[in-house]
Amino acid sequence: MPLHTPAKRHGDGRAAVGNVGRPPVGWAVPGILFFAVFAIVPLAIAVYLSFCDWDGLDSPTLTGLDNWTRLFKDSEFGQAAWLSLLLTTISWAFQTPVALLLGVWAAGRQRSRAVLSAIFFIPLLLSTTAIAMLFHALLDPNFGVIKEIGPWIGIDPNVMGSSTGALLVVAFVGGWQFMPFHTLIYQGGARQIPEVLYQAASIDGAGMVRQFFHITLPQLRHTMTTSSVLMIVGSLTYFDTVLIMTKGGPGTDTTILPYLMYRTGFQSYDLGYAAAIATALVVVATSLSLILVRFSGFGSMRSTREGM
Amino acid sequence: MRSGIFTSGTRTTRWVAAGAAMALAGLLAGCGSGGGGADGGTITAYVYGDDAVKVQQAAVDSFNKTSDVKVKLVSVPGTDYVNKLRSSMGSPSAPDVFFNWGGGSIKPYVDSKDLVDLTSTVKKDATLKDGFLPSVMTAGSLDGKIYGVPMRGMQPVMLFYNKTLFAEHKLQVPRTWEDLQKAITTFKAAGITPFALGGSDKWPELMWMEYLLDRIGGPEVFQRIQNGDTDGWGDPAVLRTAQTVRELIDDGAFGKNFHSVDYGNGGAPTLLNKGKAAMHLMGSWEYSTQLGKAPEFARNDLGWTAFPTVAGGVGDPANVVGNPTNYWSVNARTKHKDTAIAFLRTMASKTYAQALVDNGDIPTTSDAASMLSTSPNPEFANDQYQLVQKAPSFTLSWDQALEARYATPLLTEISKLFAGTTTPEKFVEAMKAAE
Repeated sequence: MPLHTPAKRHGDGRAAVGNVGRPPVGWAVPGILFFAVFAIVPLAIAVYLSFCDWDGLDSPTLTGLDNWTRLFKDSEFGQAAWLSLLLTTISWAFQTPVALLLGVWAAGRQRSRAVLSAIFFIPLLLSTTAIAMLFHALLDPNFGVIKEIGPWIGIDPNVMGSSTGALLVVAFVGGWQFMPFHTLIYQGGARQIPEVLYQAASIDGAGMVRQFFHITLPQLRHTMTTSSVLMIVGSLTYFDTVLIMTKGGPGTDTTILPYLMYRTGFQSYDLGYAAAIATALVVVATSLSLILVRFSGFGSMRSTREGM
Repeated sequence: MRSGIFTSGTRTTRWVAAGAAMALAGLLAGCGSGGGGADGGTITAYVYGDDAVKVQQAAVDSFNKTSDVKVKLVSVPGTDYVNKLRSSMGSPSAPDVFFNWGGGSIKPYVDSKDLVDLTSTVKKDATLKDGFLPSVMTAGSLDGKIYGVPMRGMQPVMLFYNKTLFAEHKLQVPRTWEDLQKAITTFKAAGITPFALGGSDKWPELMWMEYLLDRIGGPEVFQRIQNGDTDGWGDPAVLRTAQTVRELIDDGAFGKNFHSVDYGNGGAPTLLNKGKAAMHLMGSWEYSTQLGKAPEFARNDLGWTAFPTVAGGVGDPANVVGNPTNYWSVNARTKHKDTAIAFLRTMASKTYAQALVDNGDIPTTSDAASMLSTSPNPEFANDQYQLVQKAPSFTLSWDQALEARYATPLLTEISKLFAGTTTPEKFVEAMKAAE
């Protein structure tokens, strides 16, 4: 008889924990409703439209796979996909190291840290449009600051007029704006790392660089995944800066996927084909995030503090 | 100032605004029909919202004094206009009368049978028939049918130049291709960009294509394309036009960095008024742009002339391209068609034309010449009016003559041609293949 008691108690305990941890499904209704109306339904409509021919005036007519076969044959879509991939890679490679270092630095307790952190944060508070127009004016080849200082620092004043230059400018402006956000993420991540790890390392004689590579970096693994997913999805849907600064030009050399979608949908009014581009973009962005989450071990939610 | 589809400004916010505006329009239309019982009703007119709206508002106010059915003018902010119109035309709150650019800008509405064919109305009505310059009336029509009545000033594309620079280098204003070549060589040698060009906006590049094709092959070449025959792009004159553009670029006619110069934010006009560029091919609104940016320069040093001839071309050098004017069209579903047409007739009146002149516009009415002396700049007004009046043909800007689904890829291909990422031959192929 006494043997049964602990088991029973254990069962009771589990039920109690279950009740505390799981609120009734009803609580999720507002969230689900909001998400359905503003995300799921529009997404479903976009997918439906991708099988239609629609100019926005008459009713959409179903055309089967026409838009999709056109998508895979369209050299402009191919170029846009490649440019999007390139922009994403450049943005990631540019933002991650800088944001990581700044974030780790900002997590410390140096003098004047708070003031400098606040200053670094400013770009994120400005509107994308304002930033794009500001850089557009600075980079004007005839009257911008670039004309005066470009030659001194080895930048061609016509940087916006060259294919590579224009893409790099777009990546730079995006990076300039969003780096503070990622710095903030890394700062938060770095603050979570237990002080004892560093103390132990110091006792063992590890220097600052060694501590960074053997404690800080591994501990920030999940932070890095979060930040990277946000960067990648952000770069893939990056649009305003291109619209204002380059209009997809010179030629089509900065026409990334979202801009191509906008041009097709809202300038050519070929809304069916634009929906196909949009759907493709959703598929690519979602797959990339999933892949990243899976391969980084983020999905299994293994703690970075195992064994502590 | 330019009432064009491509007027500067961001379009990111357009759809948000369009949504809000639509709600508002629904409200207005609702009020209109609600209060319509007693006094005969209301018709709604959409107009492109810029400085000139006050002229239309005055016309509406005086029309309403005598009409049982009232006109309600809705001014839609310029950057939102095209999308707002498009989304409301498919809805119950569609306007009865609306502003447009004629040609391709109304093609989708003609196709969906949303417009009143005004051809027979205009033919029977002496006021409308003889009231406007013939080239302007034709330019806005579609397949020989009239769907719109001119309602604003003309905006031909002209060659603007810096008088001081031409005097300093002892050059004549170019009338022929040889003059043009000589000017290019001379200015280049002096370190001055021969032509300012806002390449990052794309549509300024289009103006070069329009004039070159007109001078090389005549207006018939584009007319054929406008009528829906994409094989028209295969005309040898199109290839020569594209090649001429490449030659001009290779000769340095536009300088080296025109890809990153814009028009909208003032890049190209500033080049001209600072004396860094000698000439600028631009719509007639360039005058008011310069007047705003550099009044001294606009009054003393800004010159203007017609586009020169091109060696071996068959086009009449008196032809003009640009925006002939804007038009009012009538929605086929309107309940008050007669009122709408009566309102359109007032556009041919002297009072209305005078109001346009006072606003700095050049009306397209046939008797406008005598009024131009009261214009803010009579000399410019007169030259512009003469240019259009004498033009055997006035080709509507291609981006407005063609439907958006053809015009957008066209602008992209032209931009690639100017950027050197496509060849003249590939340009022709791409345009022929356009879906």
